[in-house]
Amino acid sequence: MRLMYFSEAIDDALAQAMVEDPNIIVFGEDVLLLRRNLLARFGPARVRGTPISESAFLGAGVAAAMAGLRPVVEVWQVDFLSVGLDALINHAAKLEAFTHGNWTAPIVVRVPCGGGYGDGGQHEQSLWGWLAHIPGLSIVVPSTPADAGRLMLSALRQDGPVVFFEHKLLSEIYLAALGSGGRESVQFDVPAEGNRGPVPDKWAPLPLGEAIIRRDGGDLSLISIGVGVHRALEAAQALGKDGVSAQVLDLRTIQPIDKFQVCQAAAKTGHVLIIDEDYEGFGLSGELAAILLEAGISVKYARVCTQTTIPYAQQLEKQMLPNTECIIASAKSLLVG
Amino acid sequence: MDLWMLYALMKKSRLFEEAVAQLWQRGLISGEMHLGTGEEAIIAGIVSQLMPGDAMAVDHRGTAAFLMRGIDPVALLREMLGREDGLCGGRGGHMHLYSKEHLAASSGIVGAAGPRAVGFALAAQYLRPASVAIAFFGEGAMNQGMLLESLNLAAVWNLPVIFVCKDDGWAIITQPQEAARGDMGERVHGLGVNYVAVDGLDVDAVWSAGSQAIERARTGGGPTFLHNRCVHLEGHFLGYELLRVTRRPFQELPKLTVPVLRSFLRKGGGSLKERLAGMKMILSKLWSTMRDPREDENNDPIIRLRQRLMVDPGRLNEVDQNALTEISAVLSAALVEVTR
Repeated sequence: MRLMYFSEAIDDALAQAMVEDPNIIVFGEDVLLLRRNLLARFGPARVRGTPISESAFLGAGVAAAMAGLRPVVEVWQVDFLSVGLDALINHAAKLEAFTHGNWTAPIVVRVPCGGGYGDGGQHEQSLWGWLAHIPGLSIVVPSTPADAGRLMLSALRQDGPVVFFEHKLLSEIYLAALGSGGRESVQFDVPAEGNRGPVPDKWAPLPLGEAIIRRDGGDLSLISIGVGVHRALEAAQALGKDGVSAQVLDLRTIQPIDKFQVCQAAAKTGHVLIIDEDYEGFGLSGELAAILLEAGISVKYARVCTQTTIPYAQQLEKQMLPNTECIIASAKSLLVG
Repeated sequence: MDLWMLYALMKKSRLFEEAVAQLWQRGLISGEMHLGTGEEAIIAGIVSQLMPGDAMAVDHRGTAAFLMRGIDPVALLREMLGREDGLCGGRGGHMHLYSKEHLAASSGIVGAAGPRAVGFALAAQYLRPASVAIAFFGEGAMNQGMLLESLNLAAVWNLPVIFVCKDDGWAIITQPQEAARGDMGERVHGLGVNYVAVDGLDVDAVWSAGSQAIERARTGGGPTFLHNRCVHLEGHFLGYELLRVTRRPFQELPKLTVPVLRSFLRKGGGSLKERLAGMKMILSKLWSTMRDPREDENNDPIIRLRQRLMVDPGRLNEVDQNALTEISAVLSAALVEVTR
């Protein structure tokens, strides 16, 4: 076992995969800065920067994947993915279906996401539900360094396109670059276990679609992903002091989604509270409700999600993003009501 | 052209942004902070010529443009402090500044100023004849499809747009020669847009080029692209890692070099030749940053303009004092409840 920071773990797993598979190349915005450690080890032919041309380099990544490479393509923020989204929605996601399974594009798109450091509504979105809506894309949202490295490894072994979300609040690299910028006067509500933790000496892939119970409990199931998992764990602990036994399920991937564990958790407690940093409407939280309804599982259901554009002001931002206090309040009213 | 008026605008903007930097350092402003210090001549040379009805599409570095457009500086500062009484109720922050009244809108998406200015100009053709729209962006945006498409659209629709490129030669870590081939002027010209290269450190030059471009646009002559070179005195954003290394090498350099060297030496990976090529790129980035153009006073547009205005040191001193007084008053007004 080694101890690693979140992004360090992703890069370490990526490096292991790059040693094993010479077809993996990394490119994207400011990769020379962000992945300089990989650059020093693998050289500029495999680690390269791009112009700010998302539609071109994402599209090129998709086609390079079609033609035999395994590109890991990076965009500075998931919000900026919108500029080049055609490559993913109309091309990467469609290829397998259009060719009746004969041709796929094994690209990994690595995108920093999420808020809590003050960048505002155009730089702090989650958007995983938006992408998961498109058939043909796999969506990965790790919450710990160990999961992050292992999921990167399995992302690199998929036949089709994977969007790999790297939450900025967990990432030592992005927080330093975007949030603190070398000043010591700001502090963020960084979940310690998500930011740094034990990782295996040699990375092994973690299959997509396997949720994990982070905490067991019998009264209520908190289902979440990414930073939301840590908020849920904190809330569960506080609820425990009030005599409520809350279970926390970390989905880890949204597409594929672990329907079995979702249903099992819901059936066990009969009370489901979804914590999703992505927008509330038409997304993951509603999808989970549909999964339960379709399975004929009747539960008491509530959700804590981001409801509107994320405001810049620190206090408003804090209130808008799912936080421990609102999870506790929602849990209590769910159990009472 | 009134150089004294332009100087006052630039000086106030500089003082304002220096105050912003201090508030950011103190943690009172959250998130990233992109200062426009170093591009004041470009902003002043253009914005000072705008009339009511003219529109501005601004990038993530828009504070100076908003200030010089006459938007309430107290509201602007309060916005950055995230206050309810800020320009946008504390909802936007410095990358998302808006003033409907001034038809001024900023965006954190690189290149987005292009289509926005085109749309503003289109509306002007119908609703506000002889009005113009300005797009401010950096040279990094010039490889963004939507901006190139906007140049084309502005040309075919003969729209009154002035595309103002603020070229500091760095898009975070990416330098122009790595991101584009060919000559920017030829590229713009090839899209059928009038192209003018301008010394963006010389407000006189920017004002004159801007005046012609604006006049041309107002009279139905179509779009112009002004390519202004400048130096961003604080790099891409406050606390930018490579600038920190340059400024505090003993503390910051090991944080960067130790992990890089460790990775360089790890088993498995590229050949020695490939690894050395990677190291060379990292070192060349460091080297380019360390040959800091900020140390040359000639790269500061305010210092340059001062040299011309030294013909009347008394008046210069008075303008400086007035700017200082004004910005101090803005600061105390904006901070009144924060420090209480």
